Amino acid sequence: MAFSRRGLMAAAASAPVLMRASDALAQGIAPRRGGTLQMMLTPEPPVLQIGVNQQGPTLAAAPKMFQGLVTFSPTLEPLPLLAKSWTTSPDGKEYVFSLQENVKWHDGQPFTADDVVFSIMKFHTELSPRARAIFTLIETCEAKDPLTVRIVLKQAFQPFMLMFDATAAAIVPKHLFDGRDYRTAPAVQHPIGTGPFKFTEWQRGNFVRMDRFDDYWKPGQPYLDTIIYRIIPDSQSRRLALESGQVLLSQASDIEPFDIPQLRQRPNLEVNIKGWEYFSPLSWVELNHRVKPLDDARVRRAMSMAIDRAFIVNRLWFGVGKPATGPVASTTRFFDADAKIAAFNVREANALLDAAGYPRKADGTRFTLKHIPLPYGEIWTRLSEYLRQAMRQIGIAFDLESTDAGSWARRVGNWEYETTINFVYQFGDPTLGVERTYVSTNIQKVTFTNTGGYSNPQVDALFLQARSAAAAADRQRAFSEVQKILVQEVPQIWLTELSFPTVHDKKVQNVITTGLGVSKSFDDVFIAG
Amino acid sequence: MSDFWRRFRRNRGAVVGLVILALVFAMAAFASVLFPGSPWDMATAPFVPPGEEGMLLGSDSLGRDVAAGIAHGARISLMVGAVSTVAALFIGVTLGAVAGYLGGWVDDAVMRFTEFFQTIPSFVFAILLVAIFTPTIGSVVFAIAVVSWPPVARVVRAEFLSLRSREFVQAAEVLGKSRIAIVVTDILPNAMSPIVVLSSLMVASAILLESALSFLGLGDPNLMTWGFLIGSGRSVIRIAWWMSVFPGLAIFVTVLALNLVGEGLSDALNPRLARQRGGAA
Repeated sequence: MAFSRRGLMAAAASAPVLMRASDALAQGIAPRRGGTLQMMLTPEPPVLQIGVNQQGPTLAAAPKMFQGLVTFSPTLEPLPLLAKSWTTSPDGKEYVFSLQENVKWHDGQPFTADDVVFSIMKFHTELSPRARAIFTLIETCEAKDPLTVRIVLKQAFQPFMLMFDATAAAIVPKHLFDGRDYRTAPAVQHPIGTGPFKFTEWQRGNFVRMDRFDDYWKPGQPYLDTIIYRIIPDSQSRRLALESGQVLLSQASDIEPFDIPQLRQRPNLEVNIKGWEYFSPLSWVELNHRVKPLDDARVRRAMSMAIDRAFIVNRLWFGVGKPATGPVASTTRFFDADAKIAAFNVREANALLDAAGYPRKADGTRFTLKHIPLPYGEIWTRLSEYLRQAMRQIGIAFDLESTDAGSWARRVGNWEYETTINFVYQFGDPTLGVERTYVSTNIQKVTFTNTGGYSNPQVDALFLQARSAAAAADRQRAFSEVQKILVQEVPQIWLTELSFPTVHDKKVQNVITTGLGVSKSFDDVFIAG
Repeated sequence: MSDFWRRFRRNRGAVVGLVILALVFAMAAFASVLFPGSPWDMATAPFVPPGEEGMLLGSDSLGRDVAAGIAHGARISLMVGAVSTVAALFIGVTLGAVAGYLGGWVDDAVMRFTEFFQTIPSFVFAILLVAIFTPTIGSVVFAIAVVSWPPVARVVRAEFLSLRSREFVQAAEVLGKSRIAIVVTDILPNAMSPIVVLSSLMVASAILLESALSFLGLGDPNLMTWGFLIGSGRSVIRIAWWMSVFPGLAIFVTVLALNLVGEGLSDALNPRLARQRGGAA
């Protein structure tokens, strides 16, 4: 209650800018300069320096200030950003990027190829494990001239371009970071980027303010004068703020799924579920293969068949998202629609367990498994409650254990769990976001690796083949084959392809135009009317 | 006994409380008959309002029957209330009796120990204990018992202090009865009435405490409780008010009934006090 009251006060304190506007708007309307766009950021991130912090809220807000060399369309084709154009050698080893001219940092310094080389080779390689894994494949990275960067790889790596979005490797100013501790440099508290909005003010627990950068390199852009991210800790207060027009846009998990149907009814709001193609988060029941009988593929398959994924999407997530069909999300490259897990069938699941030698005991159960609900909010607890009932139908007792977010990460990282729920980003390519969960070379005591301990030499070989092949067709063959194996083996029980609706006032235009949703620069966003 | 009942009956509220309590007990006892199957089963569509589709009190965000949850939750609430009170009484009576009967430095030591527990805000302490021992029904009962024994110890000590110098105790001592026998057979029965009254109120506060813990998500995730029902209904209160209101009413009515019964017990066991109060009112 205390939270909601505080949230309401925070919302009430905001100036009621831009509340009135005509609702009827035609698409393709001419951009209008000016205005303040109020949004929300949940939860409040510790810092907004991308790279130093890579959590969801930072990835949503920081691309307004920082940019990558490229960004991605909804079908994950690269689109020019700080790189005007690029070429790739036929053997897939050499990349040459031509940079935009007249780009300035927010402190007035010119942006050059040296900043790009520093960001790739030093900044992100040191800070981000994800970038490090890829950027260690680089043999040389050099500034051929102030506006040209040449990168040569040790071996061909087809998903390389996917690493150059702002959320993966934002270009940061060399002159403010080189020679300093990247985590404590003054620029971390006052971010300086090349993006259309510059950092102005951050009142902790209240709001983050960014203002139009007048020297932005795209002429005439951005259209907005100011972006304000409000910090509203209570979900119902966030919904109220959106409904009352105090904020014009909600993103990620700002709004609870059960509020979406009501918001869809409101004529002035648009609910857009696109914009998660790059991340493509996939949720699953995470199984620890070291716990018997979870090492038995028949058991895993039976558990998978006992789950009604349509129920999860329709009833728990109120129609937002879609049932998973395998380890690769349908929006990720190299998804194979022919590789599908067995359909929902409780009777067959029971028969499978009977045949596998796990008879029901007198109390109707076959065996008991411990289960840790994902401590990321109420909906995940509801999901675990549903799973417990689903497993009961096939005689598996799920014993729920509550935990907090820190303990969850520690226990999963240390393999101290039997079953839990997890969801993981795929980053556009199975080599970047799928492989890590299934190959035996990545069995580590670190979260988001192969913590389940699944090991299959054939799967290892196919993922390696797909990783090192230079041609997309060869990679597709390997990925299709591995998907066919995995849907039979069910190393993790995939549940749903998640999507987080972006809800915004209809007068806010051009919100979702790329495969990264709200994690874009917003230089083309404007408020009509 | 009939005298006791007559005095109890004189307090109308207490009788009403007793009837309500009996109904709650009946609901808990017959939960499996009234609502067969698990209260976690999805019975219908989510957010069905009360009275529709056979849902007496509506359904929750997963289509589970709220009425079934309340009936099954009554078991847990009453069980937690009873078990944790028994545990707290055991600790409190033992320490209070030792302190009050022996006196001297033992009394001082036990009372400082008791005060140490009393200085910690009980709800915060309970949250801490449950968080440390991970939320299970055992840790919840343990936490409630640990935070609710100090008042018992103080009351029992005070009774013992006044009773130990009475003639019947001295007589027993002269007769050569052992200390334990004196405490258990002579003093304790005479100190029972405040303990009985206190324990009925402790059951009420234990139910409240358990509900508050469950509301915060610190209940046993495998057990349906009233606090859990309210906690899961909180964020959807604008869509489904019935999810929070009915379990809330259940807690309210039960706790009220326990308090009324406690009042009645106090009247019946302390006739003099009751008459004074009657006179004043």
